[in-house]
Amino acid sequence: MGAFSFRYFPVLFVLWTAGTISRGAEVDFERDIRPILAEKCTLCHGPDETKAGLRLTGIDHATKVLESGLRGIVPGEPEASEVMHRVRASDPEEIMPPPDKGEPLTEEESAKLEGWIASGAVWPKHWAYAGLSSPPVPSLAGNPVDAFVLDRLGKEGIEPSPDADDITLIRRFFYDLAGLPPTLEQLATYRTAIGTNREVGLTKLADDLLEGSAFGERWGRHWLDRARYADSDGFEKDNHRPDAWRYRDWVIDAINADMPFDQFTIEQFAGDLLENATLDQVLATAFHRQTLTNTEGGVDKEQWRVAAVMDRVETMGAVWMGLTLTCARCHTHKYDEITHAEYYQLFSYLNNGDETSAKVRESDEAWARYEDTLAAHTEAGKTLEATLAAARSELNDRLGEWEARLAGWLAEATAVVEPVLAPITVEGFGAPKGVQFSLEKDRSVLVGGTNVPTATYTITAKLPAGKISGLRLEVLPDPSLPENGPGRAQHGNFVLNRMELSVKGYPRNPIILGDAAADYAQEGWAVSGLLDDNTRAGKDGTGWAVGGGIGKAHHADIGFAEPIEITTPTEFSLQLIQNYGEQHSIGRFRLSAMMTPTSLVVPGPVRLALASPADQRTPDMRTTIQRHVERLDAKTWPLLAQQTAHAARRPLAPEMDVRVIAERRSDRRKTHIFKRGEFKELLDEVQPATLSVLPPIRHRGEQGDRLDLARWLVGGENPLPPRVIANDVWAQLFGTGLVPTPDDFGVRGDRPSHPELLEWLAGELVSNGWSRKSLIRTIVLSKTYRQASDHRPELLDRDPKNILLARQNRFRVEAEIIRDLSLAASGLLSSKVGGPSVFPPIPAGVADVNYNSAFKWNLSEGEDRYRRGLYTYFKRTAPHPGLITFDCPDSNVTTLQRARSNTPLAALITLNSESFVETAQALARRVLAEKSLADDTARIEHAFRLCLSREPEPAERERLASLLEDSRAWYRDRAAEAAELAGEKLPAGLSANEAAAWTSTVRVLLNLDEFLTRG
Amino acid sequence: MNPSLIHRTRREFLTTSASGLGGIALGSMLSDDGVLNAASVADPSAFLEATGHGEAKAKACIFIFMEGAPSQLDLFTPKPKLNELHGQSLPKSILDKARFAFIQPETATLMGSPRTWKKHGQSGMEFSDLLPHLGTCADDLLMVRSLHSEEFNHHPGQLLMQCGVSRFGMPSMGSWINYGLGSASRNLPGYVVLNAGRGGSGGSTLWTSGFLSTKYAGVSFRNQGEPVLNLKNPKGLSPEMQRAGLDALRDLNQARYQEVHDPEIASRIASYELANRMQTAAPELVDLSGESKATLDMYGVDRPEPPGDDFRGTLPGLRTYDTFARNCLLARRMVERGVRFINIIHASWDQHSELDKNLAYNAGAVDQPIAALIKDLKQRGLLDSTMVVWGSEFGRTPLGENRPGRNSNTGRDHHPNAFTMLMAGGGLKGGHIYGATDEIGWFSTENPVHINDLQATILHQFGLDHLKLTYRFQGRDFRLTDVGGKVVHDWIA
Repeated sequence: MGAFSFRYFPVLFVLWTAGTISRGAEVDFERDIRPILAEKCTLCHGPDETKAGLRLTGIDHATKVLESGLRGIVPGEPEASEVMHRVRASDPEEIMPPPDKGEPLTEEESAKLEGWIASGAVWPKHWAYAGLSSPPVPSLAGNPVDAFVLDRLGKEGIEPSPDADDITLIRRFFYDLAGLPPTLEQLATYRTAIGTNREVGLTKLADDLLEGSAFGERWGRHWLDRARYADSDGFEKDNHRPDAWRYRDWVIDAINADMPFDQFTIEQFAGDLLENATLDQVLATAFHRQTLTNTEGGVDKEQWRVAAVMDRVETMGAVWMGLTLTCARCHTHKYDEITHAEYYQLFSYLNNGDETSAKVRESDEAWARYEDTLAAHTEAGKTLEATLAAARSELNDRLGEWEARLAGWLAEATAVVEPVLAPITVEGFGAPKGVQFSLEKDRSVLVGGTNVPTATYTITAKLPAGKISGLRLEVLPDPSLPENGPGRAQHGNFVLNRMELSVKGYPRNPIILGDAAADYAQEGWAVSGLLDDNTRAGKDGTGWAVGGGIGKAHHADIGFAEPIEITTPTEFSLQLIQNYGEQHSIGRFRLSAMMTPTSLVVPGPVRLALASPADQRTPDMRTTIQRHVERLDAKTWPLLAQQTAHAARRPLAPEMDVRVIAERRSDRRKTHIFKRGEFKELLDEVQPATLSVLPPIRHRGEQGDRLDLARWLVGGENPLPPRVIANDVWAQLFGTGLVPTPDDFGVRGDRPSHPELLEWLAGELVSNGWSRKSLIRTIVLSKTYRQASDHRPELLDRDPKNILLARQNRFRVEAEIIRDLSLAASGLLSSKVGGPSVFPPIPAGVADVNYNSAFKWNLSEGEDRYRRGLYTYFKRTAPHPGLITFDCPDSNVTTLQRARSNTPLAALITLNSESFVETAQALARRVLAEKSLADDTARIEHAFRLCLSREPEPAERERLASLLEDSRAWYRDRAAEAAELAGEKLPAGLSANEAAAWTSTVRVLLNLDEFLTRG
Repeated sequence: MNPSLIHRTRREFLTTSASGLGGIALGSMLSDDGVLNAASVADPSAFLEATGHGEAKAKACIFIFMEGAPSQLDLFTPKPKLNELHGQSLPKSILDKARFAFIQPETATLMGSPRTWKKHGQSGMEFSDLLPHLGTCADDLLMVRSLHSEEFNHHPGQLLMQCGVSRFGMPSMGSWINYGLGSASRNLPGYVVLNAGRGGSGGSTLWTSGFLSTKYAGVSFRNQGEPVLNLKNPKGLSPEMQRAGLDALRDLNQARYQEVHDPEIASRIASYELANRMQTAAPELVDLSGESKATLDMYGVDRPEPPGDDFRGTLPGLRTYDTFARNCLLARRMVERGVRFINIIHASWDQHSELDKNLAYNAGAVDQPIAALIKDLKQRGLLDSTMVVWGSEFGRTPLGENRPGRNSNTGRDHHPNAFTMLMAGGGLKGGHIYGATDEIGWFSTENPVHINDLQATILHQFGLDHLKLTYRFQGRDFRLTDVGGKVVHDWIA
C-alpha cells in the first residue's frame, strides 16, 4: 500500500482512544495481527532471519512463494495460506512456532489471523512511516486548525466551547508563550486591544509575546528537556560543568531568533561540519555533550564513550523521530521496523564525533571591556619599551666595564684549585599538604609522608657571611625511598624544573642565576633545564633528572650571576619547583654555599662570547653579552623588572572552554554491530545508512557523516521529524499531543486523534520554512486554542480525555514556571536573560549531603537569587527539590513529555519553602506599599489581580478578608512570631504584625489551583 | 470482575487529567487500601492478573543498601584456602577473564582475610567477628552467597540493583511496588529513603520513579532538622494559622471547582490535606520519645562514634553510628504505620585500601542496629510480613589491590562475579544458606542468582508477578526485571 490512507482512522479512533467504547468485531492489523507476528513469528521469519524463505514483515514478502513451493499468506484464502496450516498443526514437527521456540497461538489469536487473511490480509504501512500527505482542508472558513477540529466535532454532533473570557485568554497566552503572568499594565493594554477588535488585539498579543525574550526562555526549556541539559556530569563523581550554560543560552537565543528548525537541527547535530562554521555553530554541537560522563575509578573509557554515542543515537531517534531505538541496540526491534544492523548504521554516523572543547567569548560585554584594557596595556608597554631602549643605548657606553668585570670573575675562578663549600642547615621546609620532612644528622633533608604528584618545596635557611658564588644541591639516596631514591617517583627518579632563590634584604630578588653543572644528568634532562622558565608538566617541561643513576648520590652546582657579598649570615628562601607529575619529587637533599669563585657565575653562552676577542665577535655574541649585562646593570635591570611585571599584568582574554563535538579526521573508527549491545563483542562491520523503512539518505562524500544525517532528518522528505515537532508544539499548547504518546510514533504508540490535522500542521511547518513561531502563531490564533477550558459534564462519558477538543485543557504548569509565576506576582523576579546558572535557596541537606564533598551550593545574592526557574543550577545526583518534585526531568535521558503529578511534597514546597515564603512576604509588602489603595478590600482585590488578573468574586474576597482578620487577631499579641513571618528589612512605617497578617493571607493566593494552572 | 474494582477504575479514569495516566488524581497517595494503578486504567484485567496470581506474604520491605560493595570474604564466607594462598598470584585462566578498577593484574596477589569466624544458629551460618549481633539472628536469616552482576562500576551496578536495569530512567523497586500496590498509609508516603553517613554516590537516581509518576518516587527522610523537606511551617506561622490558610485555600479551590469542574482541583485539595496530615504524622514518626530505653539501647541509639578518624564510612562531624541506629528504628516505626518500601542507605563500603579499619568501622555501624531491627520486628509479629534485605551492588575481590604507588595491599577491588546478600522475613526461609562459591570465592559454584532473580523473588513475595507488573512506555511494556528474572522458589518458606 503506497499512499497514506486515512480509511481506518475514524474506526480506530474509537477503538484506541476511548476505552469506554466497546471494541468492534473487525480485525485491525495493528491491534490484532502485528503483536502476534512480533511475538510468535518474526524472530525466525523477520528482517534478521527468513527461515524456509518466509519473511513476515510486509505483504510483498509474506505472499512470496516459499522454498517448499507453497505461499505463507494468500490474501483472501486462509486455507491456501501455509501460515494458517502451521499455526494450527498438531504435529510437533509441523506446528509453528516450534515447541522449543514458544507457546502456540491461542484459538483467539489464530481466529484473528484467519479472519485477517480471509478479509484480504490488508497490511498497511504504519501511518507514521508513510510520506507526508497534504490533506484537503475541510471547507470551513477561517483558520485551518479549526476547520479540521470543527469538522470532526460536527461529525460527532458536538458543539465546540465558546472562547474563553478575555482575561483567561490573555493569561493563557502569557502562561504558554512567556511562562509569566501578565502585569496589570499589560493586562489593561490587551483587554482594551481585544475589546476594540478581537482578532487584531489577539494577533498583537501573540506577536508581542512571540517577540519577547521570555518566549525563548519558555520554549527553550521545552527543548532543554529533550537535550537532557544539566550543569553536572552525572554518575558517581557528578562533577561541575562550568560551561554547560553556554549551550542553554544558545538554545534560548536560537528560539528567540526563530531559527528555522532545520537549521536549528543541523547546527546542533553537526554545526562543526558546516563550511566556515562559526563559533556559535560549533558551540551548538554541545547538544551532543549533554550526555553523562563517568569519571569513576576503573572505568573503561571505551565503554563509556560507546555509551555516550548510544545515548546520542537514541536521543536522535526519540527527539526527531519519536522512535525508541534502544531495543535495537541488542536485537532487531520486535515491533518497529528497525533492525539490529540499522541501529549500528545510525551509530556509525556519530561514532567519529570526538569529544573536544572550543574556546568562546565569555560574553560580548566582557570582551569589549577586555579590548579596552588590552589597548591601554599595550600603550603602557610601548612607553616602557621606549624607556628601556634609551637605557640600553646608554648601557653601550658601560659595556666595556662590564666585560672586564665578568672576565675578572672568570679569571678568579680558574685560580681555584679546591672549591670551598660551607654547609647550610635547613631551618624551614614547606611542601604540599601531607608531605613531611626530617632533618637528618648529616644536615640532609629526608622527605616523607604523602607522596604527592607534583610538589614545590620552599626551603628557608641562612647564607653564611662572605662572598658566595653559588649553591650546591646534593640529592642523596635513602632506603626509605622507592629504589632507594634519590627521587620519590616509583622508580626513584625526580625532575627539578626550576629553582628560585630570594635573599633577605637583597635588592634584586629572585637572584639571577648564571650557569649550572651536575655530576650526572639523564639524557634529555640536563641541569641547565632548571635555569629557564619552563616548568610545564611531564615531557613538555625542562629540568634536571637522574634516570640511569638511580640509587646513588648526585649533585648540581648553580652559580649566581653576580656573587653575593654579605657580612652577616642572612636568611634566604629557596623554591624547588617540581611539576613533572607522577610523584617526581626529590626524596633527600642537602645544600651548601660555594664560598670560592666559580665560572658558573657567567652563563655558558656568555662565557663563549667573551672568549672571543672583542673585534671578532659575531652580532649574536654581542647581543648575548649585552642581554646578560642588562639583567645585572643597575640602570637597566629595574626597567626589565618593570617590563616583566607589566607583561604579567596583561589582561586575560575572557574566553572559556565549551564542550563540543568535532569530527575525527584521522584514524577513524570503524563501526561494528555489537552482539547484544556489548561493546566488546563485535559482529559484522556496518557502513553509515539509515532506516530502510524511511526515505533514503544522500551522502555528500563517499562516507556519510553527521551532517548528512542531520540533513536527512530535516530535508523535508523524512516524514517523521515534521510530524513529531508539530505534535510537540501542539502538546505544549494543549497539554497533550495529537499523538498522545509523543515519544512513540512507532507501531505500538497511540495514533493521532486528528490525523489530517497533524498532517496539515507538519506540512505547514515544512512549507513555512520550519518556523516554529509561525506554527505557534497559527495555532494560538485558532478558535480551537481559544476555547474555554471549563470541563463539560455532558461530555464526560463520551470523551473523558477531551480527545475531540470540544474545549481547551487545563493543566498545572511546569516546575520552573511555578517559581516564575510566584516571583513575578510578588515583584521579585529578575528579568535577566542567560548567564551562568544560579543557586537560589535550597533546603539544608539536599546539595551538601552529597558524595562529591567538593560541591557546595553557594547561595546566589542580589538579583540572581530571584532568577527564573530554568536558570537554577541542575545537579544530576542532587537536583533542586523545587524542580524535581514538580516533575522536572532528571536530565539523565531525553524527555519528550513531562509528567504532571500532584503530590503532598509539591504542596509543601509552595506552602513552606524558603523561596515561596519570600514571595509571599514580597507580595504582602507590594500590596501594602500601594498607597492608592484605600482599605483592606481594595488591597485584597489588588493582590488577587496581581496573581489571577481578575477581580475576586464577593465570596472569594470575603473569604480572604476573613482569613486576614483571623491572621491579624492571631498576630496581635505575638510580636515575635509576627516579626518572623513578616521577614527581615521591613520597609519603614510597616508594622511586623500587619506584614505578617498579610503574608499569611496572600500566601493562599500563591497556592491556588487557578494560579498554578494554565486555564 | 470485582465490581468495586470496576467502580474504582472508573472513578480514576474520570479523574485522569489531560496529561494522561501520570496525573491520576485520587491515586495511591490518598488511599488506605492500595488502589489500582495506571495499568488498571488502560486494562483493568492486567492488574488483576498481576496481583491475582499468588498470596502476598510481604506487606513491606526494608532494603538496607550498603553502598560501595562490602567484602563478602571478610564478613560472610570464610575461605581457608584463600588464607593459605595469601601472597600468590591468581591462575592466568581467571586473570584473563577478569576486569579490575585499580588492580594491576600482572603483579596482583591473593589476599587472605585476618578475620576470625564463628558458626551461628541451627544452620551453622558463618559470620566473621565483625558481625557478632547479626550472628544471633542466624535462624531468621537467608544468606545468599551466589549473587552476581554484570556491572562493574558503582553507579551502573547500583542502578541495576535498585532499578533492575543499569540504564537511567527506569523506576526503582520501591516505585514499582508502590505503583503495583499503592500506599497503605493515609498520612505518609509509601516509599521512604533513609540515609546515614556521607550519602551514596548514586544520589536520587536510586529512588527515582523513572517514567512512572513522581508520586511513586522515594521520599527522602532526613536525619537532621525536619524529616521531610519543607515539612515545617514558615517561621512565625503556627499550626493553627497553617490550618486557617489551608481552610481558605480549600474553600477557594472548591469554588473554582464548582466553576470549571476539573477533577484535578479535587486532587489538589486532597494533596494539600495530605501534606498537612504529613506535617503531623512525620514528626510523630521520627519522635522516638515514646520508645523504651531498652528499645533505644537495643538499636544503639545515641551510641558514640568509635575512636579514630578518616573513616570512609562517614564524614567528619557526622554521627553515623547513631544515625544508622535511628534509621533502623525509624524503619520499624514506618512499617507499623503502613509505609511499604523503606530504603536504608549507608555509604561507602568501597574499601580499595585500609579495608580492615574501614570495614570494622562500617560493620560496627550496622551490625547491632540491623540485628535489633530483625528481633524487634519479630517480637512485634511483623517479621512475617516484612522483608528485610541487606546487600550491595557487588562484592570485593579475593585479590589484594596493588594500585601503583602503594607499598602494600590493604584493600580489595570490585568483584561482581560472586557476592553475598542477607534476607529475612517476608515469607522467606530463615536459617538457610543458598549458593556457594569456589575455594577462593572467585566464582559461584552452585545456584548462581542474578540481581533480576532477586527482584523477581521480592515482587513475588508481595504477590506481584514480575512478568505482569508492567508499564507501557515508548511502545514497550517495561518491567522491573527488564528481560530477565526468575523467582527463586528455594528461598520461600
